[in-house]
Amino acid sequence: MRLRAPVTVLAAAALLTTGLSGCGGSDSGQGAGERPTKVVLLTHDSFALPKKLTQQFEKESGYQLVVRSNGDAGLLTNKLVLSADNPDGDVAFGVDNTFASRALDAGVFDSYTPHDLPAGVSAYDLPGDDGSHLTPVDQGNVCVNIDTTWFAEHHLTPPASLDDLTKPAYKNLFVTPGATTSSPGLAFLLATISKYGDGWQSYWKKLVANGAKVVDGWDQAYEVDFTQGGGKGKRPIVLSYDSSPAYTVSGGKTTTKALLDTCFRQVEYAGVLQGADNPDGAKELVDFLLSPAVQKALPTSMYVYPVAKGTALPKQWATFAVQPTKTWDVAPDDITKNREEWLQQWSDVISG
Amino acid sequence: MERRHLGLIALAALPVLVLGVFFVLPVTGMVRRGFVVDGSWDAGTVVRVLGRSEIHRAIWFTVWTSLTATAASVLLGLPAAYVLHRLAFPLRRLVRAALLVPFVLPTVVVGVAFRELLGEAGPLAGFHLDGTPVAILAGLVFFNVAVVIRSVGAAWEGLDARPAEAAAALGARPWTVFRTVTLPALRPSIVSAASVVFLFCATAFGVVLTLGGLRYNSVETEIYKLTTVLLDLPGAAALSILQLLVVVALLTLAGRLRAVPDPTQHRAVVRPRRPRRADLPQIVATLVLLALVAAPIATLLAGSLRVDGRWSLGNYRALQTPGSQQTLVAPATDALVTSLEIAVVATALALVLGLLVAAVVTGRSRSRPERRTRAVLDGLFMLPLGVSAVTLGFGLFITLDRPPLDFRDSPWLVPVAQALVALPLVVRTLVPVLAGIDDRQRQAAASLGAGALRTVLTVDVPVVWKPLLAAAGFAFAASLGEFGATSFLYRSDHPTLPVVIYRLIGHPGAMNYGMALAGSCVLALATAVVMLLVERLRVPSLGAF
Repeated sequence: MRLRAPVTVLAAAALLTTGLSGCGGSDSGQGAGERPTKVVLLTHDSFALPKKLTQQFEKESGYQLVVRSNGDAGLLTNKLVLSADNPDGDVAFGVDNTFASRALDAGVFDSYTPHDLPAGVSAYDLPGDDGSHLTPVDQGNVCVNIDTTWFAEHHLTPPASLDDLTKPAYKNLFVTPGATTSSPGLAFLLATISKYGDGWQSYWKKLVANGAKVVDGWDQAYEVDFTQGGGKGKRPIVLSYDSSPAYTVSGGKTTTKALLDTCFRQVEYAGVLQGADNPDGAKELVDFLLSPAVQKALPTSMYVYPVAKGTALPKQWATFAVQPTKTWDVAPDDITKNREEWLQQWSDVISG
Repeated sequence: MERRHLGLIALAALPVLVLGVFFVLPVTGMVRRGFVVDGSWDAGTVVRVLGRSEIHRAIWFTVWTSLTATAASVLLGLPAAYVLHRLAFPLRRLVRAALLVPFVLPTVVVGVAFRELLGEAGPLAGFHLDGTPVAILAGLVFFNVAVVIRSVGAAWEGLDARPAEAAAALGARPWTVFRTVTLPALRPSIVSAASVVFLFCATAFGVVLTLGGLRYNSVETEIYKLTTVLLDLPGAAALSILQLLVVVALLTLAGRLRAVPDPTQHRAVVRPRRPRRADLPQIVATLVLLALVAAPIATLLAGSLRVDGRWSLGNYRALQTPGSQQTLVAPATDALVTSLEIAVVATALALVLGLLVAAVVTGRSRSRPERRTRAVLDGLFMLPLGVSAVTLGFGLFITLDRPPLDFRDSPWLVPVAQALVALPLVVRTLVPVLAGIDDRQRQAAASLGAGALRTVLTVDVPVVWKPLLAAAGFAFAASLGEFGATSFLYRSDHPTLPVVIYRLIGHPGAMNYGMALAGSCVLALATAVVMLLVERLRVPSLGAF
């Protein structure tokens, strides 16, 4: 054994160290005093924009756009909080109203408000922050969806409200992703808390007693259990988004419908990070996210609605995706304060 | 210091360095973040967290499901290891390659496949397994049985048939022969495989949530919830420490059971023989296992070939596009290339590190402390399997964030993390084999005038190369399918295929669902092909085989 090749060790060590140092050094391109060459965007893994638009940003700003995207909004927020003293980028997009106050409390964001905010954007400001750190970029609603063809075939009046979901007529018909494992799941829990106040636990007990199925993610609920999903499941009522009916169009008609009295509004924000290497580039990127071209691209690229008033929607959306006028909202501070307790109580109810 | 000690240190240096930087540092960093409140250690949190009743339930659930799933994997895997490695029949290699496929499939897709089988609308709905612990156990066995088959199979192949034949000639019945001769000889590899499977089961995340319908929590899912949803780092740290303690305890136990095989026992690769009537029970058991593994994969395959209720290859053609509504930044085929590239690098890293570790831990010790050092090293490299991917992922992010260790955005982070996950598989496959080489053979070679290299080539390599290939296959598959750590670390412009599949299945649009299934099948196929190539690989200089 003692004869075993030290050559291997040396070769491997050489390989590893040269490789690592070669790559580790690539980030050090920004010397002090020079104009930064790039702007780094931290976001979640649902972020996507057409290449044409990002190239346009690079050309106009003169910065290379580096996108680092991992996990969902919750994970992104926690990464930002944990690296608040040494951020991995200049600007963040994707923190939503259910997680925003956690990031603000940790001092993740620097103050910035775009100079010429498009009309309608400030209506989506985070209450309490009012646009001073976080700029709204997109919005959408988590709503209960139904398979209208199923209800027509079964000659059953479809449900319309949260109350209806606990009625015996709809026993074993509803499936939802869970609040502890899915962000739409959490949004739905918040909608019920908004509507029923302290009575939300008894609502959930009734819901579970009425055969509501709780699964881990949106994909399981929609694609496996929902009758209009890819796996053609057995349940015609599912928790999804207000835009979902635009994706079940066949023969010029949509086969699903969002129940507009059951929605929780999610707004996603962008903000300049405290301690950014390139704050100017970060600000330019926030402005860029509100530009007409990006706002127009949001529905097709990220499945969300624009926040700028008057932005044209894709044809399918304009026809089939209807937004609610009234939503069941919970103040961001209340969410941060009570999240742990609510999730614990919710877990107890559904495993009980 | 003696020369041999220097040698030991030289061999161990690189693996220890890599493990230290990319595992120990991040994990301890994360745990520190949880315990140090305003600059001082706060041990009260441990007590607070560990006293909660749902944590007790999670611990108990983790222990019993992992033990049961491990036992089931061993019981189902042993007959299959025999049939696939000792018997000759057509398509043997193909079946062996196919059995590794579950290993690479993304949990999220397997979850879909299992639920389409067991769920309300599935063909097995009558058993009411959806959302039960049985479904979770089936999922765990599905993912892990290949570990048992391959590592025990590799050892079985190299087992001298003559003691068993002698016992049989002396009148022992087949069961007695197996119990008294074969099983003791296989024990090290069985214990090795079982400990790896246990670690995989104990840190399973997606399976527990998807197939258990959120009604069951394991230590791993609790850590995930505490870290990513609640940002309760003290809670997560307490659980991580508990997880580590349990893992260390079990590894120690496994180390004791894993007595080194008698090195004087002659080893030779036995030519597989044709099946006999007496092999029938094992063959039936193998067929049952194959059915269990094939059913979810067949569901995936069938789903991937359906577009708008008709049979079509449309989903596969769509993989060359960025998806309906441009769900992806680049075509899914690009992600496959990325995955393969990363897996090759990760496999190479895991093999180099694994060989070094195996050489170190199997070296002959001349003193107690030396033996203990080697044993500790052996266990140390198993730990990455026993730690939550969330803890490691976040830890890498917050500790390797400034020079000289500024690796947060290094393209090496993903392959290194995957290599660490694959490393225990390599080590556990190689250690029993290296330990089985009689050191006197090397001494004999040396005294006959063979140089260092020649000794290795003539004594070690002929015995090691087959298990090494098996280990390479494992490492490759583990790396291709790795999702936990990768999902934290991947580079947005170069996502791996499991990351892409995850993204596709999580977004509306019928095409995305179909593409996710097709992507999984491509991943499965790529794995099977690579495994087949590995199995077929003949090293010309070792023509003896």
